[in-house]
Amino acid sequence: MMPLAILLGVVTFAGGLVWAERRLLALWQDRYGPNRVGPFGLLQVVADAIKLLTKEDWVPPFADRALFVLAPALVMVTALLSFAVVPVAPGIGVVGSNVGLLFFLAMTSMGAWGVVLAGWASNSKYSLLGGLRSAAQLLTYEAFMGLSLCGVVILAGSFDLREIVLAQRRVWFVVPQIVGCLTFLVAGLAAIHRLPFDLPEAEAELVAGYHSEYSGMKFAMFFVAEYVGITLISALSAVLFFGGWLGPVLPPIVWFFLKTSFFVGFFILLRAALPRPRFDQLMAFGWKVMLPVSLANLLVTGAIVLS
Amino acid sequence: MNALFWLAAAVAVLSTALAISRPSPVRGLVYFVVSLLAVAVIFFLLGAPFVAAFEVILYAGGIMVLFLFAVMLLGTGPDAVATERQALRPRTWLGPAALGLVLLAELVVALVRRGAAAAPGGMVGPERVGLALVGPYLLAVEIASMLLVAALVGAVHLGRREEGEPR
Repeated sequence: MMPLAILLGVVTFAGGLVWAERRLLALWQDRYGPNRVGPFGLLQVVADAIKLLTKEDWVPPFADRALFVLAPALVMVTALLSFAVVPVAPGIGVVGSNVGLLFFLAMTSMGAWGVVLAGWASNSKYSLLGGLRSAAQLLTYEAFMGLSLCGVVILAGSFDLREIVLAQRRVWFVVPQIVGCLTFLVAGLAAIHRLPFDLPEAEAELVAGYHSEYSGMKFAMFFVAEYVGITLISALSAVLFFGGWLGPVLPPIVWFFLKTSFFVGFFILLRAALPRPRFDQLMAFGWKVMLPVSLANLLVTGAIVLS
Repeated sequence: MNALFWLAAAVAVLSTALAISRPSPVRGLVYFVVSLLAVAVIFFLLGAPFVAAFEVILYAGGIMVLFLFAVMLLGTGPDAVATERQALRPRTWLGPAALGLVLLAELVVALVRRGAAAAPGGMVGPERVGLALVGPYLLAVEIASMLLVAALVGAVHLGRREEGEPR
């Protein structure tokens, strides 16, 4: 039952997020957003889902059919699988693995395959460019995503996410690992290619990037997977740096939910606030700024722990 | 446990064969990734989850995406498929196949002589891998890092632009 409950919870949360994002963006941009369907426009998501389900599901004749169908499923499955290792509260979680953190990294890098294959299988210029960008971006940002998490692993002494939470009972890791936290947030944004790092789908230049040729439910998979990705990175930020379910008075699951929601809101605010950089700026920022910073963080953390 | 092992092993062998024989480079790469994932499952079943995770992160994730990146840049249209088909004619693969058979025979002999593979020696956690890397294998790790630095310096040199050269 537990896996099913968590799966349903994540998908529902991601669906609600579609509405929440549109309303919040509207608030910050001084307009209304969806407010017609149901109370506060809450049923907008249902309306969108019905529309996507009834749309023609078109596979272009020039596409590589098998890979074209495989790609969106891969993105969705890897995003959902990562939640298997996220500890929601004591006793609530799918599996406790002693390599949980590595499992998350592995699933992130497999998700990259979905995006890159989607770009290639579509067999169109814009999609291919989107796929190429996403391959380069994910390689760059994955390199220091792992490094930024090493500090946490050193302090907690474990790859097990549950033990990482328990190791934060005295002080949240955001205090000793503030640099690691910031680099992880940037790498997480890039890994799920959210604005300002959504170069693989940059509407202004690439139509819709790697999913230009997708429609109907296949497009919906990419769309929902993006929101599942936001939820995942937010949940992991809460678990790794902000003590997960730990907190006074309120029950643990409420704390976890509050912390995750805070980061979700932060990611949406980033989308409202920041412009999109050029692709070469993005790559230069990754290799020349973030990588040295996370390496230095690792060095300092290791030196302090050893001394 | 045993059934899972045989299943993963069968997937690994089959997908590796398909990775070699597919004419489309991208299809071949996808099968190669499946094969790497199957090997990761085998590592996991043998009690080495750490190695399994890194097999997926580094090989299936990082290095193979890099391969795919290169293949996509080089173009993979019908021309590439035709070239590949030419390369897969019997005359071309007879030699490598013969050499591969020799290796297979060696493997079979070794297995028969020493009996079935030794039972897995318990779980190998991240700590044991780490201690092994900075303990008995420290020299190998350092040599590998020297090699990687050399490759990095080479890549930077090749990618460098002269002054005034257009971007």
